[in-house]
Amino acid sequence: MTTVATHSEAAAHAHVDDRSFLRKYIFSTDHKIIGIQFLLMSLLFLLVGGTLAMIIRWQQGYPGQAMPGAGVLPETMAADGIILPEFYNSLVTMHGTFMVFFAIMPLLVGVFGNYLIPLKIGAADMAFPRINMASFWIAVPAGILMIVGFFVEGGHAAAGWTGYAPLSAVPEYTGVSLGQQIWCVSLIVLGLSSILGSMNYISTVINLRAPGMTWFRLPLSIWALFITAILVLLAMPILSGALIMLLFDQVLGTHFFLPAQGGQPLLWQHLFWFFGHPEVYILILPAMGFVSDIIANGSRKPIFGYHSMVFAIAAIGFLGWMVWGHHMFQSGMNPTLGTSFMISTMLIAVPSAIKTFNWLGTLWGGSIRFHVPMLHALAFVSMFVIGGLSGVFMASTPVDIYIHDTYFIVAHIHYVLFGGSLFALFAAITFWYPKMFGKLMSPRLGKLHFWLTFIFYNMTFFPMHQLGLQGHMRRIYDPTVYQFLDHLGGLNRFITISAFLLFASQLIFAYSFIAGWFRGEKAPENPWDDTGLEWTTPSPPPHGNWPETPTVHHPPYEFSSPLARDGDFLPQTREVKPLPDPAPTSTPADTPASR
Amino acid sequence: MSHPAHAMTHGDAMHPPVKAEFGSGVYTEKLGMWVFLLSEVMFFTALIGSYLILRFSRPDAWPAGGPQEVLNIPVTAVNTFLLICSSVTMVKAYAAAADGKLNLLPLWLLATTLIGATFVGVQAYEYTELVTHGFGPSSGLFGSTFYTMTGFHGFHVSMGVICMAYVTLRAFRGKYSATDHRGVEVIGLYWHFVDLVWIILFTIVYLI
Amino acid sequence: MNWLLPPGASTFAGDIDRIYYIILVITTIAFVVVQAGLVWFLIKYRARPGRKALYTHGNMKAEVIWTAIPAVTVIVIGLMSGGVWNHIKGRDSVPADAIPLAVHASQFEWNVTYPGPDGQLGSADDFTVRNQLHVPVDRPVAVMLTAEDVIHSFNVPAFRIKQDAVPGMHIRTWFQATQTGEYELGCAELCGLGHYRMRAVVTVHTAEDYERWLTERAQTVSLR
Repeated sequence: MTTVATHSEAAAHAHVDDRSFLRKYIFSTDHKIIGIQFLLMSLLFLLVGGTLAMIIRWQQGYPGQAMPGAGVLPETMAADGIILPEFYNSLVTMHGTFMVFFAIMPLLVGVFGNYLIPLKIGAADMAFPRINMASFWIAVPAGILMIVGFFVEGGHAAAGWTGYAPLSAVPEYTGVSLGQQIWCVSLIVLGLSSILGSMNYISTVINLRAPGMTWFRLPLSIWALFITAILVLLAMPILSGALIMLLFDQVLGTHFFLPAQGGQPLLWQHLFWFFGHPEVYILILPAMGFVSDIIANGSRKPIFGYHSMVFAIAAIGFLGWMVWGHHMFQSGMNPTLGTSFMISTMLIAVPSAIKTFNWLGTLWGGSIRFHVPMLHALAFVSMFVIGGLSGVFMASTPVDIYIHDTYFIVAHIHYVLFGGSLFALFAAITFWYPKMFGKLMSPRLGKLHFWLTFIFYNMTFFPMHQLGLQGHMRRIYDPTVYQFLDHLGGLNRFITISAFLLFASQLIFAYSFIAGWFRGEKAPENPWDDTGLEWTTPSPPPHGNWPETPTVHHPPYEFSSPLARDGDFLPQTREVKPLPDPAPTSTPADTPASR
Repeated sequence: MSHPAHAMTHGDAMHPPVKAEFGSGVYTEKLGMWVFLLSEVMFFTALIGSYLILRFSRPDAWPAGGPQEVLNIPVTAVNTFLLICSSVTMVKAYAAAADGKLNLLPLWLLATTLIGATFVGVQAYEYTELVTHGFGPSSGLFGSTFYTMTGFHGFHVSMGVICMAYVTLRAFRGKYSATDHRGVEVIGLYWHFVDLVWIILFTIVYLI
Repeated sequence: MNWLLPPGASTFAGDIDRIYYIILVITTIAFVVVQAGLVWFLIKYRARPGRKALYTHGNMKAEVIWTAIPAVTVIVIGLMSGGVWNHIKGRDSVPADAIPLAVHASQFEWNVTYPGPDGQLGSADDFTVRNQLHVPVDRPVAVMLTAEDVIHSFNVPAFRIKQDAVPGMHIRTWFQATQTGEYELGCAELCGLGHYRMRAVVTVHTAEDYERWLTERAQTVSLR
């Protein structure tokens, strides 16, 4: 699609939209609708993942006790309301699987990649709108299939979200046959959706930027989504390959990971984590990008060290390929490899540190507005620091001997994925909701949801560090089997109750999200006084986004710029005549004359 | 591949106008295919990498006299030659389009499609022969890696044949011109990639 | 929130715990600096009427400093850790005089094989006990880990040891207990239905008690 074609298509569609309901909202090629479709689907899976977590926490807090409401579960899952051990293994497996693949990843990449990229670079839509539509509609059957797994004979996959072989490869070892195969097939199908999506994002960012939107005028959210898309493009196929080999071991009698005929269990781990580590950066980079956009907005200041921030995103993306072995320190792999992976893992802490200090630098000297997105973005910085620091412990190979496969790891995962990614998602959803739906969410409900979530979240996950330091292993159905864990029963109950309160607090968000559609105040074009291109078109934008392709004149984040005339910010597309006496110390903003 | 007729023009679909922002310098469909092929490289890397690791750690799981003890090298060598020929016909198709020889374009595309389909057919024949002689995916590491790698390559060729047939049909319907034959170039890129993967596979799976 | 590690009972505990506490101090300092800085900035730079934000794009010098300090810190932690890792897990680190044991992990039990009076594993006087690991205090013990079916993990938190047992692999690991008493071994790699109850009791004996136990057991074997 050349610029010329895009222009006339945009012009045509901005004024006459005669598509049927089916074409407009169901089988839509409009990136905004597809983004919202991913949003609704992913929020549903977030609910599924959260519900599974509640059952896990019940069992950890009250092992062997009947769970209220468990009467609805079939006898393969619970007996007299008591969760069964086989179901417990499925619970931990599916909680991880749904959260990583069907909630967080599509929320970050499928929703905001789709929604923001064309809008923030000044394009009418993605490079390949029909492939974009296919991307969503391929993800849907993958999700349905993953749900179906709960209802087949033998139950759902139970080998962990990491699916280590041989446990995952042989039905006799788990008691699960069809469920484990469904797990593989569903993820393979989802992989195709992700790969097509990432191809679209990369092509769009490279070729469809509006005039004036140079690489170093891209907002950090777009840089992050771009680098993430490259990671998705290169990492997901590795997982697909590994899953195919696992599936073949399960059903075709192959021996990739089965030792009897020379296969190697460790080969699965290398393949999985070679995908898996870039995957966790896929789960954090877009979050960092959104947080940058929102912190600059909330501070009314340019991002501190924009170029370093871009470099840090690229460095994390690049180094992320070299650290996978830190998941395998105790695996039996050559210990010397352990040392080299430790070094690369230690180094990857550095770009994350750069970003953290740059966010602090952005706040410094700012004029901070504590709107709801800003609250969540600040929580991200605070919580991600904890998650990152806990990572230093496990990066040290000898300390990892003790904390590997304990709740210390679980604490780390949840500090970066919930404290990090999910808070960033709450920030992003509340920030871009007005643009998506043309309505404002209630700030009161938003702040209530934020504070309850922040408090209960820390009460739930911070104590897990202690559980791990006391030696509490992961994925164990009944901790009371071990005397050395006896004294942790109270702590486990505390965590469980906090988790229930955390889950309940999300009802406020759900209510606010839905109520906003019906009762929210109508949203103006630019409710946050932001500089991005998406705020120069109505809320929600028409099909085609702008009647004419915009032209970009300024870097992102020109808040409190001396060139700002009305308000304290300079939209990226604002044409500004140069000041009569430009101040020598400030960075001169580009003007049409000087381009 | 020089096309003097187009050297000076900018602004047709094959040579998009110079844009304000430095993108890839190629039209977006071509960029998209290159990007997609990168993901395919990673996919085959996972399979081929695993094969190499398993082969080097357990060479005893392969026939002592080499793969030719089990595999039919003469037939698959001919099949390899056929696939290479189909890349040649693909190149001729692209050249025909670029030179405006739009009557020849669909014929070269048809040849490519038919040769590609033949390749898949021969592979299916090869599989049935091997299986009836007791060599299947469950035949140790050799069987596991052989069928997975060649099977997924065959799957990619099959997908390519379907897309090639679609492009051929469009060519017969006159949908391509000298100034816009993007679909021909894009399927060509995919086709050459699939051919290149086969040359690598044939070497490391059949010959070594 | 208790950041202290439970008491260790092996020679490894001293080294591992020391590195843990050093990292704890460093990360606590970083935590306090960042969180306090964050909160201070939020208070000091909150929006107030009449105040404009500072229009600046950054400061290279500050960036170099806050890049260099974390980089040097993590490299130092890495260097400290490398030596200890080699000592514990290095392929050549197993002491020559270690008592050889074989531990075979399967769904869902630990089978520990002792070399018997001749001190050699793999000979006729070997005997195997289930879910019990008996070792003498202050003597190195080398465990040859194997797995029957899926990956398990040989994990004794009190000894600060953890090593995955992988089917198809023979993995050597070693430890030296420093205190008599009873400890627990718990599988640390999801291995199926019974993963949560794959437990063994580890008894560290005095030298004399260990010899006595060995003799008793060996006699039971020869009586069969």
